[in-house]
Amino acid sequence: MQRLARAGEAVAIPLGAMVAALVVFGLFMAALGHNPLEVYALIYRGAFASAFSWQNTLARAAPLVLTALCVAIPARVGLMIIGGEGALVLGGLAAAVIGHQLAGAAPLAVKLAMAAGAMLMGAAWIALAGALRHYRGVNETIASLLLTYIAIALFNHLVEGPLRDPASLNKPSTAPIAEASMLGRLPGLDVHWGLGLGVVLCLVLYVFTGRTTYGFAMRIVGGNVRAARLAGLSVGTLILVACALGGAAAGLAGMVEVAAVHGSANASLIAGYGYAGIVIAFIARHHPLAIVPVALLVGGLGASGGMLQRRLDLPDATVLVLQGLAFMLILASETLYGRGRLGRARSATT
Amino acid sequence: MSQPRADVSRRDVLKIFGAAGIAGATTGLAGGQARAADKLVVGVIYVGPRDDYGYNQAQAQAAAAIKAMPGVTVVEQEKVPETNDVQKTMGSMIEQDGATLLFPTSFGYFDPHILRMAEKYPKVRFAHCGGLWTEGKHPKNVGSYFGYIDECQYLDGVVAGHASKSKKLGFIAAKPIPQVLRNINAFTLGARSVDPKITTSLIVTGDWALPVKEAEAANSLIDQGVDILTCHVDSPKVVVETAERRNIYVCGYHANQATLAPKGYLTGAEWNWLTPYTMHVKDAQASKPLVNFLRGGLKDGFVKPSAYGKAVPEPARKRADAVKAQMMKGEFIIFKGPLKDNTGKTVIDTGVAQKQTDVVLEQMSYLVEGVIGKV
Repeated sequence: MQRLARAGEAVAIPLGAMVAALVVFGLFMAALGHNPLEVYALIYRGAFASAFSWQNTLARAAPLVLTALCVAIPARVGLMIIGGEGALVLGGLAAAVIGHQLAGAAPLAVKLAMAAGAMLMGAAWIALAGALRHYRGVNETIASLLLTYIAIALFNHLVEGPLRDPASLNKPSTAPIAEASMLGRLPGLDVHWGLGLGVVLCLVLYVFTGRTTYGFAMRIVGGNVRAARLAGLSVGTLILVACALGGAAAGLAGMVEVAAVHGSANASLIAGYGYAGIVIAFIARHHPLAIVPVALLVGGLGASGGMLQRRLDLPDATVLVLQGLAFMLILASETLYGRGRLGRARSATT
Repeated sequence: MSQPRADVSRRDVLKIFGAAGIAGATTGLAGGQARAADKLVVGVIYVGPRDDYGYNQAQAQAAAAIKAMPGVTVVEQEKVPETNDVQKTMGSMIEQDGATLLFPTSFGYFDPHILRMAEKYPKVRFAHCGGLWTEGKHPKNVGSYFGYIDECQYLDGVVAGHASKSKKLGFIAAKPIPQVLRNINAFTLGARSVDPKITTSLIVTGDWALPVKEAEAANSLIDQGVDILTCHVDSPKVVVETAERRNIYVCGYHANQATLAPKGYLTGAEWNWLTPYTMHVKDAQASKPLVNFLRGGLKDGFVKPSAYGKAVPEPARKRADAVKAQMMKGEFIIFKGPLKDNTGKTVIDTGVAQKQTDVVLEQMSYLVEGVIGKV
């Protein structure tokens, strides 16, 4: 019963916040002289009204699921990692190099090697931030952010220098990978396999962090490091593993961008997906399963934002207002948990 | 006890979504207007904000102008990254707005995004800015348009060569790629045609929109004694404003930035995208085949110089106007031998003249003598 109530709360509160955000945005649009009902209709049409708009939403959500995991998993051991962008670009670069080097091999083997290389690269990069935290006491949030700048500088240097394909004149890129080694689309959908990989990884990491003793140990470290040490847990290893898992997810996101979209590594990879993942992880309260619907919501806002821009001739800034309102209200609504009638009833019984 | 509460919220949610659904269905009809047979729907996509005083604004000015053409509806979307997002944006314009002519304007949209969508929608026309469309390799429903803006850069150089007292010019560039190198070289050749002692100090920032680095580069160049700045970045706003604040002269790029520097704005190299936009729109309306490779310079109306600022001295106007007149007749060649790069190597032999249409120019990889910097 309590469990049900808690689950109900977890759905009702963010949905309520979303509705409130839409109401406030409607008022804002009315103040600008637009009919709020028309605005809502466009938001719905842009993101969810047809098979095309659903695919638009899903495709936009795909990279965000993976980068959100890069924040959510280290959060289990109490680390606030915001450097997913760095792991993404270096993972993508590793995938592009491997994909080109193995040009002659069997396509499946190439894909697996690209994924493995990208995940290892991302894992090592974020584990570096974890190691700096654990062994040297460097704040992991700042360290991971600064590591991102280093990653991007390194990426640009390599793509525009030693790894540049001489044929890429005005858009410096690495040599392209073979068409056969590209990741295809999900069956029956115009959405690439990145979404499938993201959902599967969310499920796996949910089971791993929520349903295994190792995952439980991570949560103890996240709750109280001293207690974890007293209980005999190897805190350092747990921190490094959590960071590596998160980094691997972001690295895989980079591989997907290269192997499903760009076909090579170039500056278009630095698109801010790593940063977008931070917001998603926070709204999902670092729960791997909640990441999927939240990423869908963000993808949907992206899709309807385009619709609002095109039909009402609005600047992108107006769409950012809607996103900002939604995120603020969902985060603010966190204070409502356990405050309803249900919450009181629960505290009375315990 | 929990049931009623959960029910209320669910019902509320259903009500709102239901209402949205109905409203969606009704405006679905209204949205169909865009598809009316006699109207050509044109979609324009920008990588940055439309009011950036630069690359995107130059495109947006043309988009705004074609709105006034009869039988044309324009839908626009800005700040679309060069990822899968732009494919979905193009798809939305086609599927949801009924667009049949698209102007995805950022260079990075071409490969793979436009190429992929062009394959998927063979009846839609894709006109891309700057992309190298290649016969036999790229689809027929894709075209690229671009302008020989180095002509305006050369004129900027002539004006700067007259206006400079320190004989030191500064150029702030995003990336050392052929298009950018061609502008740096043309600007420098223009200036050195006035006085061969002039040098251009180059700073490469590394990316198209890095306002902080651009400001640092501008200040550092001015501190080194540079008294005229110009740039090739997506938005010249920061460079132009910094130059004005530090009381030096500046030449604009992409669009007109004269309002940002009323004292120091000399002239600038502007795109006139209305010319190719109009051509593509008219061809689409007349169902004529898409022109796949569209290029032009000053005489074709693809580029234009900004009006001279107050500070431009009379001899500079005269000389620049004379060169411009030659360019308008198609008689002026910027890159001709003998030409040395800044390491002393001969890059164009004596007697060789590379006309604007020469594809060798699109692979430029050197800096001419007089540029202080490295590729």
